[in-house]
Amino acid sequence: MFNPRAAGPMEQFEILPIVPLKFGNYDISLTNSSLWMLIGTGAIILFFAFATRKSNLVPGRTQAMAETFYEFVSDLVRDTIGPEGRKFFPYVFTLFIWILIANLFGLLPSFPGIPHELHTFTPTSHLIVTLALAMVTITIVILYGFYKNGLGFFKLFAPSGVPLWLMPILVPVEVISFLSRPLSLAIRLFANMFAGHVILKLFAGFVVSLIGTGSAVMLFGIAPFLGAIAVTALEFLVAALQAYVFAVLTCIYLNDAVHASDH
Amino acid sequence: MSVFAIIISAAAAAGEAGADSAGLPQLDPTWWPSQLFWLALTFGGLYALMAGRFLPAIGGAIEERRDRIADDLDSASELKTQASEAEEAYNTSLADAKAKAQSIAADTRAEVDAEIAKMQAETDEALEKQVVAAEARIGEMKSEAQTKVRAAAVETARAVVETLIDETPTDETLSGAVASVESA
Repeated sequence: MFNPRAAGPMEQFEILPIVPLKFGNYDISLTNSSLWMLIGTGAIILFFAFATRKSNLVPGRTQAMAETFYEFVSDLVRDTIGPEGRKFFPYVFTLFIWILIANLFGLLPSFPGIPHELHTFTPTSHLIVTLALAMVTITIVILYGFYKNGLGFFKLFAPSGVPLWLMPILVPVEVISFLSRPLSLAIRLFANMFAGHVILKLFAGFVVSLIGTGSAVMLFGIAPFLGAIAVTALEFLVAALQAYVFAVLTCIYLNDAVHASDH
Repeated sequence: MSVFAIIISAAAAAGEAGADSAGLPQLDPTWWPSQLFWLALTFGGLYALMAGRFLPAIGGAIEERRDRIADDLDSASELKTQASEAEEAYNTSLADAKAKAQSIAADTRAEVDAEIAKMQAETDEALEKQVVAAEARIGEMKSEAQTKVRAAAVETARAVVETLIDETPTDETLSGAVASVESA
């Protein structure tokens, strides 16, 4: 009798080494997470190399698509930060496209029967990855903020037009809100990816477990199966939306750094 | 066994499988360095390629297209200006030609009219002369005829008187008698 085993909802997040590597005391092995970072980044590079192999006055399909991405992020940066935002455009663009592809490729189905190490993996479902990206953004904000505004960057915590007696309350609130930015940025993306994949795997697990009963109860598997399909569609939306949200918030924080002393 | 019990036990089994691997894999620091290393490698590499190659290429293509379109629009508007100028020149020359043609026509008509008037005047004059000459001749012939008629009357009267009274009247008497008859 066919008796499938439903993988636990957390098993998909396990990191498994493929090629062990050491750097000093640090284990920097090529893992399933690294593999999917490489696959996603490689796909992006291939796409853009193909799209820009020759620049046509009348763009072909890939060039038009690459230009659509370009204009989309370029407009976002210009609308949020203004003309000074131009220098951050490559960073925001890379951030958006990297997160978008990492999220989307995580939704690809795994080939049945291949080793667990090669299963589809979503690098952005790990907090350390999203936290690192958020820290890069906040580091740029702080460094550029001080470089551009000097000590005027601290005006960010003391908005103008606020009565002086409010400052003792307002400044700590602003400082806390500033410090919580990297955390909220990182956790928002991580939690969306994590929760989406857990729900997907739970629905899928129900289907497998119900099939495993081997009786007419199997038919009840249709409901979670349809649920899994619906959640998959939703996850595609979430994948794109969270990449966009990350890029937008990065732009908003960078805008603070650029215009801190204008407050 | 109720259906719900089966579903719940299936869910429990699924949960148990997850519980086997101690805690969230995300919170296991073993693989943090590896993730950070590969993130830095892939993200950094992608950033370098994007900033150095791909984005300038795409931006350049977009810019070039924008320039080209602006150029094309410029040259189109220039050509339009040229076309309207040419049309204006054409209209001007057409109007000139029309005016010239009209003036030539008017001149010719005036010339012809003058010539006709001249010829008519000449003809009128010639005819007048002929008429005058003819009238003079007619008058001459008339007076000649009158003289001849009077002479004939005098001769006739003489012959009549001679025959009737056998006496020859004088010329004065005869011409007086003829004149009195004439005036009667």
